[in-house]
Amino acid sequence: MVSVANDIAPLVPHLDHLMVGVTITLKAVFVITALGLVLGVMGAAARLSRFPVLQTSARIYAHIFRGLPEIVIVLASYFGASALITTLFPNSTFQLAPFWAGCIALALTFGAYATEILRAAYLAIPAGEVEAGKAFGMNRQTCFFRIIMPQSLRYALAGLSNLFLVFLKDTSLLSVIGVAELMRQTKIAINYTSLPFTFYLLAALCYLVLTGVTMLLLRTLEKHFTRGMDVSRGQHG
Amino acid sequence: MVEVLLQYYPEFFKGLRLTLILVGLSVCIGFLLSLPIALARLSNIRPVRRLAKSYIFFFRGTPMLVQLFLLYYGLSQFESVKESILWKGFLESPFWCAVIAISFNSAAYMAEILVGGIRAVPRGQIEAGLAVGMSAHVLFWRITLPQAIRIALPNYSNEVIFLVKSSALASTITLMDLTGVTRTLVSKTYMPVPMYLFAGLLYISLNYTIAKFFKILERWLIPQRHA
Repeated sequence: MVSVANDIAPLVPHLDHLMVGVTITLKAVFVITALGLVLGVMGAAARLSRFPVLQTSARIYAHIFRGLPEIVIVLASYFGASALITTLFPNSTFQLAPFWAGCIALALTFGAYATEILRAAYLAIPAGEVEAGKAFGMNRQTCFFRIIMPQSLRYALAGLSNLFLVFLKDTSLLSVIGVAELMRQTKIAINYTSLPFTFYLLAALCYLVLTGVTMLLLRTLEKHFTRGMDVSRGQHG
Repeated sequence: MVEVLLQYYPEFFKGLRLTLILVGLSVCIGFLLSLPIALARLSNIRPVRRLAKSYIFFFRGTPMLVQLFLLYYGLSQFESVKESILWKGFLESPFWCAVIAISFNSAAYMAEILVGGIRAVPRGQIEAGLAVGMSAHVLFWRITLPQAIRIALPNYSNEVIFLVKSSALASTITLMDLTGVTRTLVSKTYMPVPMYLFAGLLYISLNYTIAKFFKILERWLIPQRHA
């Protein structure tokens, strides 16, 4: 026992780094999800619209961002944005913070996946439901907000939960452009302690706890919102 | 913009070559590893099932980047690893670390895909196999596994595309894959926009090719769907 305590004692002061990292990781994933959902709704709306131009551009958007490695998008967004700003406005002193460059990059990817999930969810609503609404004298808007949206959210929930978990892990990529999230903080702790295995393992545990807890929460949410419904669960994470 | 690309494009293709090697090796190793993991996951013996579940939980619950760093930077913490025969030329090399990390990670996802496929094989097929007197062993290799793979094929296509994308993380441990080359060229030329556009184009073409390849494979392996 004594030797274990002696082993752990020197680590304790550096655990604060990990805690700071966890909060920034969580902040990033919430920003990404919020922005990504907005993009996903816009993408799905464009994909389902009557205008071919919108349809095609939404399809191209979803294809491009799902086909590119996330790390390339993050790097391109960070370095590309600053290069673009300096060429377009040579006199400006504006700089995109790595946190925002990274979050926007990942939100664009989130949006690309969400576009497909939301579109599929919309198409899963039987036409009869909408017809029933119209028969009741609902206009398009009421029909959308009272019938289509609540039901398609139930269909989309499993896919969106999965997406949240994927992007919770993908926030680790922000460390590559210097955002002080969990991975970056782990690196700092390692620089102090020279114990790479111990600290990367601790980081892995932090991620496991984060994904484990969110998984449980999202499961409960799904169970609540999909009562009486036969939804096949999304497979890939 | 174009001149820079004309000047440096051979570098990109060198990077693409390494990306392809990483992906090819990892797909093969990952698939081979996923077989025993999937079988363990479906086993009747509880501790074996638990072990497979924990493996999958760990690799799916943590970022690939952590797994990569744990292996590449983490192992050097232990003198015993550094003195072992595995160290020289294998565990000290970023290439093998990347291959191990990517294929172990992918094996977890592929095992889940395979489990889903095995569970989806119609009961009647297995009963028919038993009726003709196949042993459990023959039944698995001749009836269950081929059909499970066929059922799971669209998911495998997605998984390989995910693997291409995670191979880009190899650039974080100094490897000169497509992303690594692009990053080096960006810091050399200070021209991120054309460089990332071209790298992106290559990645998208690669993933498009893989998706098309699997579509053809599906058509070939699942003829009744197109009858």
